[in-house]
Amino acid sequence: MIQTTEIIETLSFFDCWEDRYRYMIELGKELPAMDNDLKTQDKLVPGCQSRVWIDWKNINGLLHFEVDSDALIVKGLLALVMAAYQDKSANDIIEFDIQNYFEQLDLIKHLSPTRGNGLQAMIGKIQGAARQMLD
Amino acid sequence: MSNLNKQAPDNHPTRHFRSLDIEKIRADFPILAQKVNGHELIYFDNAATSQKPLSVIKAVDTYYQSSNSNVHRGAHYLSDQATQQFEQARQKVQAYINAANREEVIWTRGTTEAINLVAQTWGRQNIKADDEIILSSLEHHSNIVPWQMLAEEKKAHIRVINIDADGQLDLSHFESLLCDKTKLVSVGHVSNALGVTNPIQDIIKLAHQQGAKVLIDGAQAMAHSSVDVQQLDCDFYAFSGHKMFAPMGIGVLYGKSELLNSMPPWQGGGEMIEKVSFDKTTFNQIPYKFEAGTPNVSGAIGIATAIDYLAQFNSDDIAAYEQQLLNYATQALLKIEGLVIEGNCPNKVAVISFNIVGCHGQDLGMLLDQQGVALRTGHHCAMPLMQCLGINGTVRVSFSFYNNQQEIDQFVQALIKAKSMLV
Ligand SMILES: Cc1ncc(COP(=O)(O)O)c(C=O)c1O
Repeated sequence: MIQTTEIIETLSFFDCWEDRYRYMIELGKELPAMDNDLKTQDKLVPGCQSRVWIDWKNINGLLHFEVDSDALIVKGLLALVMAAYQDKSANDIIEFDIQNYFEQLDLIKHLSPTRGNGLQAMIGKIQGAARQMLD
Repeated sequence: MSNLNKQAPDNHPTRHFRSLDIEKIRADFPILAQKVNGHELIYFDNAATSQKPLSVIKAVDTYYQSSNSNVHRGAHYLSDQATQQFEQARQKVQAYINAANREEVIWTRGTTEAINLVAQTWGRQNIKADDEIILSSLEHHSNIVPWQMLAEEKKAHIRVINIDADGQLDLSHFESLLCDKTKLVSVGHVSNALGVTNPIQDIIKLAHQQGAKVLIDGAQAMAHSSVDVQQLDCDFYAFSGHKMFAPMGIGVLYGKSELLNSMPPWQGGGEMIEKVSFDKTTFNQIPYKFEAGTPNVSGAIGIATAIDYLAQFNSDDIAAYEQQLLNYATQALLKIEGLVIEGNCPNKVAVISFNIVGCHGQDLGMLLDQQGVALRTGHHCAMPLMQCLGINGTVRVSFSFYNNQQEIDQFVQALIKAKSMLV
């Protein structure tokens, strides 16, 4: 599993939008696909223009996510998000400073959470899962 | 501008029109001269909203600098000025759409509010249990949801006209839907998602033979054509200023006066009343009966100014030019392998909706945005149409007469690059 620090370093290395997006697309392609049977209506994240599925289960006290999207760049975004959240404890997930992470990725310009790409909704769903586990 | 409706042109043969010099026209639209993500802006999202010429921007500015005041109220100089301009704007719209009289022009916030107004007044008064409202598969959500809400309340039913594979309405299916229960037919003049122009003249005639009323959603037609509501003989016609070079937040409901007079008011408040007491309130005449509260005066002035701007040009020239852009772009796009145009039929305004096999529209949209191209991806507020076509959405480019071939060339190059990054 790729680490957040590695992604930040790689993205900061690129100086043109094409390389950044190519990298995002690569990350998206490398993200393991979700089983089609798992892609049910209740796993869909509302508020995304593309279809985004997020499923999770509790494995030995850590949250394990299965995620997918039919749009590649959005899948790349999911990969960025997974680097921060995959197989972490509910407390770690809630405490992780996602805003700071995205600022470091310098994504705000190009892929800001307001762009209707559903980033906010994805993060909301993941944090919701963590909160649910703590309840 | 286009020959959407074969009407007698209002342009007298001897009238001198401004020539269609696209570079000069572009200079009238200040927003176009900017860079986006390091590239010259290519604005191909005109169906979502059109840009505004400087004359419209200045008219709004001037109104606030020199005439701002509440209308129909104060007995003072500024209020008279504002009221005069506001009512002149109404007359300008009346003449532009050839309504029989000025009272038939009701100001609204836009198309959506105009349709809701009819649903909540005429609809609640006239639609009964088991009545039928006919819509089409092409409709924008704004011309679906208000009727669903009404149908639910009244236990009435929605019927939907089918389209063929090219996105054209199936008129014989429409005829088969018409029956004694049909009370209203509400269809778009031009589809926002595909750009297809519907045969509304036939639809209106057939519906009237059945005794049904007809509302036309003209949101997408007004930027490409001039409309003659009397010649169309529609009962209601709704449109938005912002899609025809005027400001946001202003729109029009045209209705035949005998209908408007028979309809109950909708929103209550100032301006729409004649006399208020706690025992009984009586209502104002049309159009004011439907214009509760302080109206969007600068918006009305903006629409009037946009109409003046358009009137400089020969509408046939604009229509011909837009069709040229449409054909040029269609040819260029069809050369891209795997590109499929939805609704590729002859009767279209300058809108192209497409998909590329193996590419998600949202990915294409993001990669095009990086290259300065503004367009729309997704379901275009027409989810039932997307279901009907068996797709999740499209990438849509929509042109206006300030766009040019060079922009289309750059867009096609940008699209080829985006595709190469994804497949
Ligand atoms: C065909 C059609 N109808 C209705 C609307 C709604 O217009 P508005 O949002 O201006 O009320 C639109 C706008 O996208 C449209 O394209």
